[in-house]
Amino acid sequence: MKIGVPKEIHQGEKRVALTPETAEQIMKLGFSVCIEKGAGQGADISDEAYKEAGVEIVDDAKSLWKHSDIVMKVRAPERHPELAIDETDLLPEGGRLLSFIWPAQNEALMQKLAGKGSTVLAMDSVPRISRAQKLDALSSMANIAGYRAVIEAAQHFGRFFTGQITAAGKIPPARVLVIGAGVAGLAAIGAAKGMGAIVRAFDTRPEVKEQIESMDAEFLMLDFKEEGSGTGGYAKTMSKEFIEAEMALFARQAMEVDIIITTALIPGKPAPELITKGMVESMKPGSVIVDLAAEQGGNCALTEKDKVVVKHGVTIIGYTNLPSRLANQSSQLYATNLRHLLTELSPEKNGEINVNMDDEVIRGATVIKEGKITWPPPAPKLSAAPAPQTEAPANPGVAEKTKPNHRLIPPAVRPFIPLVLGGLALYGLGSVAPVSFMSHFTVFVLACFVGYQVIWNVTPALHTPLMSVTNAISGIIVIGALVQVSAPAITISVLAGLAILIASINIAGGFLVTRRMLEMFRK
Amino acid sequence: MSQSLVTMSYIAATVLFILSLSGLSNQETARRGNYYGMLGMAIAIVATVMSGSVTAYAILLSALLFGGAIGFKAAKEVEMTQMPELVAIMHSLVGMAAVLVGYANFMDESSSLTGIEKTIHEVEIYVGILIGAVTFSGSVIAFGKLSGRIDGKPMLLPARHWLNLGLLVAVIYFGYLFLQQAETGGGTLPLVVMTAISLAFGVHMVMAIGGADMPVVVSMLNSYSGWAAAATGFMLSNDLLIVTGALVGSSGAILSYIMCRAMNRNFVSVIAGGFGTGTGGPAAVVEGDVQPIDAEETAQQLLAAKNIMIIPGYGMAVAQAQHTVNEITKILREKGKKVRFGIHPVAGRMPGHMNVLLAEAKVPYDIVYEMDEINEDFPNVDITMVIGANDIVNPSALDDPNSPIAGMPVLECWKGGTTIAMKRSMASGYAGVGNPLFVMDNTRMLFGDANDRLQAVLKALRS
Repeated sequence: MKIGVPKEIHQGEKRVALTPETAEQIMKLGFSVCIEKGAGQGADISDEAYKEAGVEIVDDAKSLWKHSDIVMKVRAPERHPELAIDETDLLPEGGRLLSFIWPAQNEALMQKLAGKGSTVLAMDSVPRISRAQKLDALSSMANIAGYRAVIEAAQHFGRFFTGQITAAGKIPPARVLVIGAGVAGLAAIGAAKGMGAIVRAFDTRPEVKEQIESMDAEFLMLDFKEEGSGTGGYAKTMSKEFIEAEMALFARQAMEVDIIITTALIPGKPAPELITKGMVESMKPGSVIVDLAAEQGGNCALTEKDKVVVKHGVTIIGYTNLPSRLANQSSQLYATNLRHLLTELSPEKNGEINVNMDDEVIRGATVIKEGKITWPPPAPKLSAAPAPQTEAPANPGVAEKTKPNHRLIPPAVRPFIPLVLGGLALYGLGSVAPVSFMSHFTVFVLACFVGYQVIWNVTPALHTPLMSVTNAISGIIVIGALVQVSAPAITISVLAGLAILIASINIAGGFLVTRRMLEMFRK
Repeated sequence: MSQSLVTMSYIAATVLFILSLSGLSNQETARRGNYYGMLGMAIAIVATVMSGSVTAYAILLSALLFGGAIGFKAAKEVEMTQMPELVAIMHSLVGMAAVLVGYANFMDESSSLTGIEKTIHEVEIYVGILIGAVTFSGSVIAFGKLSGRIDGKPMLLPARHWLNLGLLVAVIYFGYLFLQQAETGGGTLPLVVMTAISLAFGVHMVMAIGGADMPVVVSMLNSYSGWAAAATGFMLSNDLLIVTGALVGSSGAILSYIMCRAMNRNFVSVIAGGFGTGTGGPAAVVEGDVQPIDAEETAQQLLAAKNIMIIPGYGMAVAQAQHTVNEITKILREKGKKVRFGIHPVAGRMPGHMNVLLAEAKVPYDIVYEMDEINEDFPNVDITMVIGANDIVNPSALDDPNSPIAGMPVLECWKGGTTIAMKRSMASGYAGVGNPLFVMDNTRMLFGDANDRLQAVLKALRS
């Protein structure tokens, strides 16, 4: 099958859905790959680099869409500014599209795509389960957005992030508050921490406390008992009382901190308003707010989508294209996510794709299959959070039940039974055995104890050589055969001769193989 | 050579054997220990051959030389991964030699013993042949299982404990018959029947034991071969044989005990066979998603880590991956990483199996650690590579009281950073127990033949 990657047409979109590295790996899956001329320009990838990787360069978008079995994009299809035609119309009948779609927000687009009998896999609908992590484009983009948010904040912030004491005076470190510790929030914490700021973070889900603390940031506790975890690892809407307590906390923090980065999103809902106008007014002049939820209306009341505004002396950044502002990096990660999706789709590695609706990951990502809208998928089985442990009932009866025969004897007496039995057996033997036997027996018992003492000292690493050397030594049985081989009866000689033969295999083999092994042990 | 000189030589040989075993207490003295053993054996054989009673030099020398040549050839050619098989088949040889010597001694009518001494002598013969036959057939089956000629799964006959008991009663009964008939110079028939029963018992005993319990079986048979030699010593009134047999016997017994302790299993329950019988309640079922990883990513993770632990298991032996492991270790060590090996006592199919394989691949032994030495160190480990091991890294041994392997000490690799587990497939280990490690959040699975995948990792590390 042929995979085509058009140039992104969205205003200011610099990412591209293919890099030369992923192209090579996709071709290993059996696909052929083509790309529109100049598609990688925004992400600093030249056409030559693609060509070197074996990608075919197509001059115009129209023929690329027409000749591709699968189209891979970043942004959902929209109206092409130069061709004055909708990208959806460029998609051939029954075509296949892999890109961000946002089916909940783009119903008209879904209908249109379905009308063309196409198969569409939405990168934003990949279920958030452990197995699908490597094709989770939302996470990889959020990671970049979080990092970039800190960079943007630093650019608009008039001071250092890190504290210093210089000859010219003391510089206090910047205080950063991160609201929402998802992937983006954690990335922001990491970046801000790396630049030397003091970082605090808040999240409604208590289980992220550990993650925040592992990044060396301070987790702001809310003295309120309510579980904020929703399904699929996302947060859910909280109760009114909780939100009031939360707002009071933010109001206090707003007066203290220099930079606020908000990442609070609840899937399928407008972003919750967490930073009110009053809080912005209370912030120190020169402070910065980066609102990563600007696309969904913003966590801050004063955010303006895609703009940087200064209100009450506070810079409020509402960019929605933060990943695109790190185009090369985000293209690499996004293209790798797509490559992993193709690997899932093409288990045979034969250049064909199989939209296997029994596969949980593919089922989740597929929003339209052959013209039928299959979104939303059935709720995925939750595996991101550990299932509540079923307490294994302690069963005190088990031990007794398995050994009913020991019940007859009280436990205190039990350890002595073998001793008593052994003593009786020895005594019985002693009462009948002749003196010559007893001397041999003495030797035997003493030898057992010597062996016991010696063997405990053997290092476990040498247990195999120990076995082979004891094996060789137990070939000493050859002595028994040697003393018998000269007996007059021919049968005895033959039997003894055979025994000698066998035992000498043992002796030679055992010692030599031990030597071979021991030669190998070296520092 | 006079009898006293022979005896003196025997004493010398005994001392040398003890020194030989004590030499194995560490790697530096082990080679010397082995030479002591050879010297002791040479002294014992020469002294016996030179003693007055030996005259049939032709048979003797040709048998010695021919047998020695076979042993020499086997020792030269055996692959280190086949060591368990070799050890098992050599145990069977000792068992068989004991049976042969026992029969030869029984047929030898020159003995002048009477009364109780004669009876004891006959009991000695009977017991010697019994132990020898069990050792022989048991070892042959163990060899078959280890070399894959016989299915490794435990074969559990119905009412097998009763069957074993029945065999034991039959052995005692025929022993009684044997003693009665031997009074009058007969007794061949009960002896032969008993030998057949013992052979069947040996087969049945080892057939019922699963592959993962093989370290116990191999060391147990090692012990038996010693007791067989000791019994022969009693039969021939030869102190050298008694002492040596006792040394070997207690050595094998201690090894069996160590192996059982490493699996938290009772020796009797291992020998009685079958796994997981008699545990209360169903074990927790493992649920969750595994996260596969490929060789390149594995290599990248290894390059990013500082402190690396490698846990080899039987899978490494099967895939003969130890040399590749060593190459990887070398590269990582050259890059300044701390690479260590963690060895579980029952990893592989016999005691110390992994150490021998790693030594063969020239992994320096001072970076190879026992479980007890490194288990507490896992929180400091960035990456653990589990190569073809399963039960020995199973967390349910510690936290699921209903697991068949509950209580068995395991390598706690999940307490470290990332664990990369290499497996051929998601099949459970020999114990038939699911392993929650494989679905943990910080575990990645690298599927495929161990050597094949490690070669790919090695290639990625080099590029």
